[in-house]
Parts: sequence; structure tokens; C-alpha cells
Amino acid sequence: MRKIRGLKRQLLAGPYLVWIAAFTLLPLMVILYYAFTTTSGHPTLLNVTSIFASVHFKSLLLSLELAFLCTAACLLLSYPLALALSSLKTKRQGFIVFIFILPMWMNFMLRILAWKMLLSNNGVINMVLEAVGLPALDVMNTPFAVVFCMIYDFLPFMALPIYNSMSRIDKGILEAAQDLGAGRATTFFRIILPLTAPGAVSGTIMVFVPALTSFAISDLLGGGKVLLIGNVIEQAFIQEYNWNLGSGLSLVLMVFVIASMALMNSRGDEGGVGIC
Amino acid sequence: MSKRLIDLQHITKSFDGQTVLDDLSLYIRENEFLTLLGPSGCGKTTTLRIIGGFERPDAGRVVFDGQDITDLAPNERQLNTVFQKYALFPHMTIAENIAFGLKIKKKSKAYIEDKIKYALKLVNLDGFEKRGVDSLSGGQQQRIAIARAIVNEPKVLLLDEPLGALDLKLRQDMQYELIRLKNELGITFVYVTHDQEEALTMSDTVVVMNQGYIQQIGTPQDIYNEPTNAFVADFIGESNIIDGIMQRDRLVRILGVDFPCVDEGFGSNVPVDVVIRPEDVELVAPEDGMISGDVTSLVFKGVHWEMEVLAHGYEWLVQATQMRPVGSHVGIRVDPFNIQIMNKPESNDEKAVETDA
Repeated sequence: MRKIRGLKRQLLAGPYLVWIAAFTLLPLMVILYYAFTTTSGHPTLLNVTSIFASVHFKSLLLSLELAFLCTAACLLLSYPLALALSSLKTKRQGFIVFIFILPMWMNFMLRILAWKMLLSNNGVINMVLEAVGLPALDVMNTPFAVVFCMIYDFLPFMALPIYNSMSRIDKGILEAAQDLGAGRATTFFRIILPLTAPGAVSGTIMVFVPALTSFAISDLLGGGKVLLIGNVIEQAFIQEYNWNLGSGLSLVLMVFVIASMALMNSRGDEGGVGIC
Repeated sequence: MSKRLIDLQHITKSFDGQTVLDDLSLYIRENEFLTLLGPSGCGKTTTLRIIGGFERPDAGRVVFDGQDITDLAPNERQLNTVFQKYALFPHMTIAENIAFGLKIKKKSKAYIEDKIKYALKLVNLDGFEKRGVDSLSGGQQQRIAIARAIVNEPKVLLLDEPLGALDLKLRQDMQYELIRLKNELGITFVYVTHDQEEALTMSDTVVVMNQGYIQQIGTPQDIYNEPTNAFVADFIGESNIIDGIMQRDRLVRILGVDFPCVDEGFGSNVPVDVVIRPEDVELVAPEDGMISGDVTSLVFKGVHWEMEVLAHGYEWLVQATQMRPVGSHVGIRVDPFNIQIMNKPESNDEKAVETDA
């Protein structure tokens, strides 16, 4: 009786399993097939190894660099923010968190376009700067503009999990640290940082992975001058119509994504994911 | 008498416009086991947190060992706290928890290891160094919290209802442990509790508080035997608190009957509160009693029987080793020495003594 019931329960996962099989596993197989074959269908490793071609390799390095920068900036911005938020009264906290995630309700592309309007050489920011007699910024179509927009887009994904794990820390623990002689810095590094590590880890994954694979931001704010690995793959598929090359490079990128997630998860265990 | 170690001078504190402490002054002597006792919301925890530095008083000073520490942060004070919910660091082992304060003080590794061993022995948890916080029971966590505090050799240990979350048996064991610890360490304990039995068992001095005011300061015996007002009498153990009229010195009229007592100086014809402990009410034959009434309830409490006797319109609470069945007619006698006379509250300050507050 029990067994049948258990089976029925498991059947509830059916629709999702079908979905996964049709739209995740199957495409993955297709990508694998394309990645290891030539345009005429012969087996080859060239699509994958072409990551070492200087253009591809350079864009992979740039992607990694910008993703690192973006993640680091989000981490550095999120901690003070979360500290400030969790020191507020509970009622206010909810409201400010709400304001903070408000931009996330806007369309992703719309936000990028908005930044394009703001940052472009005769955009809003430069108009204001000019009006007050300051030199204009020339950031459009630079890696700076791309990272800047990435930080803007992905910051909530870092801030929220860190804020969550911080607000779960018992105030008594912080008082205990102070009671035992710890100043603000010691309390932060010895107590708050290790106890919020799980939040920081999931935040890092949620920021680093999309930052590494994004192509829309660099497309719109890089003006073709900032070529990320995402753009290279996009071009392979859309412009060159070379699905084999695109799949091969995607596979390489996927390895990086999985590796970074595995790395963060193992770090997370040491840092105390098991605690919360 | 040993010297005053902590001096609270005219402390006032309010939260969101609600006054929690109003002009509270109190001193704590070196080596004293002082307990702040009162119902929840009486300001006892706030008082402790002001001593610890976690709250800053709106007015008044905190003087520690002759030095004004009112504006010092908790980490700059020479005292340590044992928190109500233990507040152990969940990401550290027991040894790391205990070493936390010592590492901040940059003590040598050998010194820290010695101290951990010593502290664990003191709280009867030898060999727990490598254990994680989660693997410990509530009682064990409480001991570690104490160990973590005392390795820093504070002059004063503040304890905020440390036994509140433990079960009865464990709580009683820990009471004796705390007394032993205090004697071995030879430091001052300031203890907060709402449990009168805990306060009476452990303290040298008990401070009874209600609604931000100190009601009485004294030894456990003083507090129990000679409560200064109806609130203290009611809060410390059970009592019969009856309206009375002081006829003259050594004679009080209760429920229309004159009772001889030993109190003087209240004047004549003055309304007073009369406190009689239930164990001081003697049940005798109706004709031998000062007044008589009928037993309305009977409960076996282990050491004694608890009865209620309705006499002259008042339900007397009586504790005796001999039971009288419900419905029996009995006489009540009270030894003059066991009758406590107290003034009725007059001023605003004293309103806090009202027992139903």
C-alpha cells in the first residue's frame, strides 16, 4: 500500500521530468553531437580545441576577467549593504529590500538599453556633466561600461542571499563576541563573515555564472568592441551559422561554469554551508 | 564588608517612550552573588544589559571599580556575560569558542590550551574540545557558555536567566554548580532570574524589582521572612495578603477579628496590608482558633498538604503536614511573630508594588 502511494507521489514529478528531458537533456545531446562533428558530420575535436585560437582564447580570458571583477564588486557592495540593512528595524528592512529588488521587475533588456542611454557619449550623464562644466565621460563601448552594467544587473542576486544569511544570525551571538572583547572588525571577520559564507557562496554562483556567459550586455554596451566568449558563441550560431563551432565553444564554457560551481560548493562546505 | 565594585547611579532607561527603569540606584559588592529578581518586564534584564554595556542608560552613571564606564563599549569592560540562549558560535568547535576571548587578548598558545583544559574541567566537560556546538545538549551548551566567559578572568560574571531553558532537575543541579563555581572562582556574580526559588537558593543578596523600581534589597532570609510590601510578599513564595487595620501597636484587626502581632509604630486605626505565609497558618479545633472556617479544597503537594479554608469571607491558603478533609470545620491560629504588617502603597513610585500590576 505504502509503496504504491510512494510511487504515486513520485509520478507528480512526471511533468517536470518530461520538460527536463525534452528541453534540457535532448538539446544537450544535440550540442554534444554538433560539438564533436564537422559541418559534414565527421567526428572531430577541432570545435572544442579551437578555444585555444587566439581570438577565442582572448575573449574567454576577458569574460573570466570581467566576471571576476563583477563578482568581486558585488561582494564588496553587498556586505556593507547587508550590514546596514540588518541593523535597521525589522519593519523598515522589508520595505528597503522591496525597493532594492524593484529594478529586477523591469525587463532585463530594457535595463541595459537604459544604461546605454545614460552612458552613451551624448547621453544623459554626459549632458549633466557638461552642464556643470565637467569633462565628459568616454566609457561607452569599453569593458568598464559592460562591467558596470553587469554589476547593476546582478547585484541583487548577491545582496539578497548575503542579507538573508546575515539576518539569520542571532543578535546574541554578535553581543557575545563583543562581550568577549571583539571590536567591530574582529566581529565581522571572525563571526559575521564565516556565518554568511553560505549566502556569499550562492550569491557568487548566481552572479559569476551569468556574468561569465552573458552576451547581451556586451552586445549593447560594448558596441562590438568588447568581445566576450558569449558574443563569440552567439556570432558562431547566428552570423556564421556554424553550429559545430558554437557548440564546441559552449561546451568549453559549460566546463568553466560547472567547475566554478563545484569549486564554490566545496568552499561553501568549509565556510559553513552545513550550519544553516 | 567588602568594597563596592559596581555602582549604578540614578539609571533611567526607556524604549520607544516606555520607561523601563526610573532613577534606579544600586551597588554590588565585590565577591557578592547578587540576584535581580522580578516578573518579566520589570527591568531586570535591562539593568544587566546596562552593566554589560549592551544598552546605554538615558540618564545616570555606571561606575565600575571607581571608574565611570557608562560610555564604554562591551568589549572595553572587564566583565563577561552568560547569555540566556547561550549564544555559542555555531561555526566553531568547543575549544575555539572558549579560546575566542583569549585569542583577541593575544594570549600564548600554551596559555590558551591550559585555560581551555581548566575551564572544561571546571564545568565538568573534560575532553569536549573537538566537539561541535550542535552535538551538545542544552545543559552542556550552558556550561560551555559559562566556560567561555570565565576563562577571561572577569571581575564580574553577568548571567541572564542562564537556566531558563533547562528542565527542572537539570536546573536544580546547575544551581549548586553555579554556587560551587562562584566559590572556586572568587568573583562577583550578577544573576537575573524570574524564578524566586533560584534567587533564594543561590544569592547572597536578592534585589526584587517590579515595573522598573527596586522593591526590596536584602538577604534571601530577609526577603522571605520580612517582605517590605505586598508585591514582594506575593512574588516570593505564596502568601495570604489580607486587608487589615492596625488598632494600635502589637494589635491588628483582620476580617473583623483582633490578632496580636509584634509590629509597632504604624499608629492607630491605620489601614495596612497583612501578610501571613501559608505554612504559618495553624489549623486547630474550631473552639481553639482565633477565627474558624470550612476547608474548601485539599491538594497533596508531596512534602505537605495544601488547603484552602474559607473563614470570614477570605480564602486562607494553608500548608500543613496534617490534612483536614474538605467540608470540615476548623479553627485558625497564627503566631503573633508570623504576622507581617506592611504599609499600603501611597505615592506613585509605590504603585508598582500592587500585586495585580
